[in-house]
Amino acid sequence: MNSVIRIILQRLALGLLTLFVVSIVIFTAVNLLPGDFAQAILGQGATPDAVEAIRRDLGLDQPPITRYFQWLGAALQGDLGNSFAQANFASFVGADSGVRTTVAQQIAPRFENTMFLAAVTAAIAVPVSLVLGILAALFRNSVFDRATNITTLTSISSPEFFLAYVLILFLAVLNPMLPSLSNIFEGMSFGERLERTLLPALTLTLVVTAHMMRMTRAAIINLLASPYIEMARLKGMSPMRVIVKHALPNALAPIINVIALNLAYLITGVVVVEVVFVYPGIGQLFVDSVKIRDIPVVQACCLIFAAAYILLNLLADILSILSNPRLRHPK
Amino acid sequence: MSALVEIRDLWIEGRSDEVWSPIINGASLTLNKGEVLGLIGESGAGKSTLGLAAMGFTRDGVRISKGSVMFDGIDLIAASAAKKRDLLGKRIAYVAQSAAASFNPAHKLIDQHTEGPVQHGVMSRAESMKDGIELYRRLRLPNPDQIGFRYPHQVSGGQLQRAMTAMAMSCRPDLIIFDEPTTALDVTTQIEVLASIRDIVEQFDTAAIYITHDLAVVAQMADRIKVLLKGDEVEEADTRTMLAHPKEEYTKSLWAVRAFERPQKPAVHTSATPVVSVQNVSAAYGKIPVLHNVSFDIHEGRTVAVVGESGSGKSTTARCITGLLPPTHGVIEFDGKALPANYKSRSKDQLRQAQMIYQMADTALNPRTTIGDIIGRPVQFYMGLTGKQKRRRVEELLDEIELPAAQYIDRLPSELSGGQKQRIGIARALAAEPKFIICDEVTSALDQLVAEGILKLLARLQDDLKLSYMFITHDLATVKAIADEVVVMKDGEVVEQGPKQDMFVPPHHPYTDLLLSSVPEMDPDWLTNLLNERGVDNIGDAAVDKMS
Repeated sequence: MNSVIRIILQRLALGLLTLFVVSIVIFTAVNLLPGDFAQAILGQGATPDAVEAIRRDLGLDQPPITRYFQWLGAALQGDLGNSFAQANFASFVGADSGVRTTVAQQIAPRFENTMFLAAVTAAIAVPVSLVLGILAALFRNSVFDRATNITTLTSISSPEFFLAYVLILFLAVLNPMLPSLSNIFEGMSFGERLERTLLPALTLTLVVTAHMMRMTRAAIINLLASPYIEMARLKGMSPMRVIVKHALPNALAPIINVIALNLAYLITGVVVVEVVFVYPGIGQLFVDSVKIRDIPVVQACCLIFAAAYILLNLLADILSILSNPRLRHPK
Repeated sequence: MSALVEIRDLWIEGRSDEVWSPIINGASLTLNKGEVLGLIGESGAGKSTLGLAAMGFTRDGVRISKGSVMFDGIDLIAASAAKKRDLLGKRIAYVAQSAAASFNPAHKLIDQHTEGPVQHGVMSRAESMKDGIELYRRLRLPNPDQIGFRYPHQVSGGQLQRAMTAMAMSCRPDLIIFDEPTTALDVTTQIEVLASIRDIVEQFDTAAIYITHDLAVVAQMADRIKVLLKGDEVEEADTRTMLAHPKEEYTKSLWAVRAFERPQKPAVHTSATPVVSVQNVSAAYGKIPVLHNVSFDIHEGRTVAVVGESGSGKSTTARCITGLLPPTHGVIEFDGKALPANYKSRSKDQLRQAQMIYQMADTALNPRTTIGDIIGRPVQFYMGLTGKQKRRRVEELLDEIELPAAQYIDRLPSELSGGQKQRIGIARALAAEPKFIICDEVTSALDQLVAEGILKLLARLQDDLKLSYMFITHDLATVKAIADEVVVMKDGEVVEQGPKQDMFVPPHHPYTDLLLSSVPEMDPDWLTNLLNERGVDNIGDAAVDKMS
């Protein structure tokens, strides 16, 4: 067991290192954006003095390296800074109310919504993909197998907004079963929230299923030529049992990795679906903040996305290791 | 006595490149209850295919085109898949060649053992578990109460093979197919497994088909022997008749293989400088020491056979000599001069002088490179030949290994047989014009007739080119055939060394004795006599020794 703990600690350290490198990349990339917040907010008619004053106020006049370490130091203490856009520029005209919205306050509810959508989607998509993948492997090269492959491939190849509108058409307009708008807010009951989240979740399910299902199918079929699978057949085991009991446990590592990648996508890449359903997730906030150069929010969002990718991949690594009996039970 | 299995005029075809070609041409076979039939032949003879067909099973890409397979009155070819599943595992069981690959790595041994009885409704899980432990005990597995709760990778090969036999017995089948169950094992381990299998088959009066390419093994196990050659039946007779009076030429040639032996060479001058001298070499993988103070010399034109079981340090010694694993102590001398420990510090000429031939010719040749390029590479690298000169040299080398150059130079390794691939491996080593070649188990993946051809070729090359060989092997018949001197290794130490004629004459070191006496002989009473001699308990002890 010790060796497993050592591997996990190594991966964890590597994950932190990656996050650090990513933070540099984020900071550099954000600073490469043309224009800055002061120009964006004051518009064309800004006087150089006004621009300069806002810059000074926000610390944008400092050299990038100083700003990077200030940002990193604060972020390490859990302080992601204050949002530019929500700042009260009254201070600039001499009447500071002292109230500022922190980035954390702004992101927290959005992030929670995103996680909720991702969780609902995962709860549908992961079991569906696994079951479809197992069935496709069981009935490989049959009509069922081909139909599943074609359907999932079609859905992954279609643009997300198209899938969203098709679902709205069938599930909200023609058969009004689900609300087409997902405007959720605080204080909603769980049931209501779930109902409003269902359509975007179904759309995303269509987007991520193909990848996971095909990997499940391929990973299982890959093992079917193994001597131990032949042995299971020669013991008179049913085809279903051969696949679920004998092939699947040995095929878990690649499947887990693809699931993790798709879950990371659900957290970071669903802007289009959020826009279509007016879902208040982190993706929309991110795009809006880029538009107005609200740098603290953009950086914080990027950092959260990067952390989500790294954490999920780390989790996938650890689960893959744990699925290998050679590592779980050393000699 | 009514027949348990009746195969009549069975034709089986296999598909390759969209074409169906014959694998078995009209085989017939009768097996009575409680009888053991040996199926013998070289690889590609169709033994395994026929064995599986007796279970009504064909692998993917293989089909039965004609004939009948009857098991206890049931037509296995006509039977539905569900009907066959009901028989498989319950009344007909299978023991595979590699137990390590045939046990599912994700489940404990006992869970795989009880799966059959529980799924077939023969026993409850608790009953089957108790029965499994009892079978483990009867098969003389060490620590039978606990060993089932291990995963396959935690158990040695010989033990896994016995656990697999126990698994085959779990539903008390009427028939077991043994498909080369001891081929992958060391001789000393093989004996334990053979004795266990024979005992348990006798105890439960199970009928068996025993598939192997090793005559001496089948002589111990089978009541009757059937010889196959490329899908055709050669002959069939009861074991003693077959061994004493084989009728067909092919059978006789199989029998004769073991007779090849090189004449003894005159003793080496004591003052002569050895080509390779291994002096007090110790080595370790990380912190784990694997070699302890190994010393031996190899003289010009001589073959030193290094023998021992797997894990005894034979291949590690070779890695030290080639510089792949720098020793922690000791030196390797070449022509009286010390070689740098690490191959990276050796000169091109030093590297050229020592070449290697590998066990698995399959994986040692680049599958995407033609034969001409495989051999041409060292010709260019070491000898600096290019263009026409290089091609001429490659052709010479192909001549040397008795493969017509025009026919083979542009082929890919996949278009060659196992023996031909090994010849290419030899040509590649010769291309560097070395004085010394390490042969690492070069014949153990080959059939006996093919292996004999390789040994004869190596012997001729040695005489022509005054080569020195270090011959790593676990097969003492090979040692007898080709060695001048023998080094016996165990647990990283040399336990005995000397000229061949001394090694095969007592007194031996006890370990050498164990190795020598474990080599199966063609006498059908050999195993019985050996077990009596050693006392059955000793075999159990030997198994426990191997555990520790």
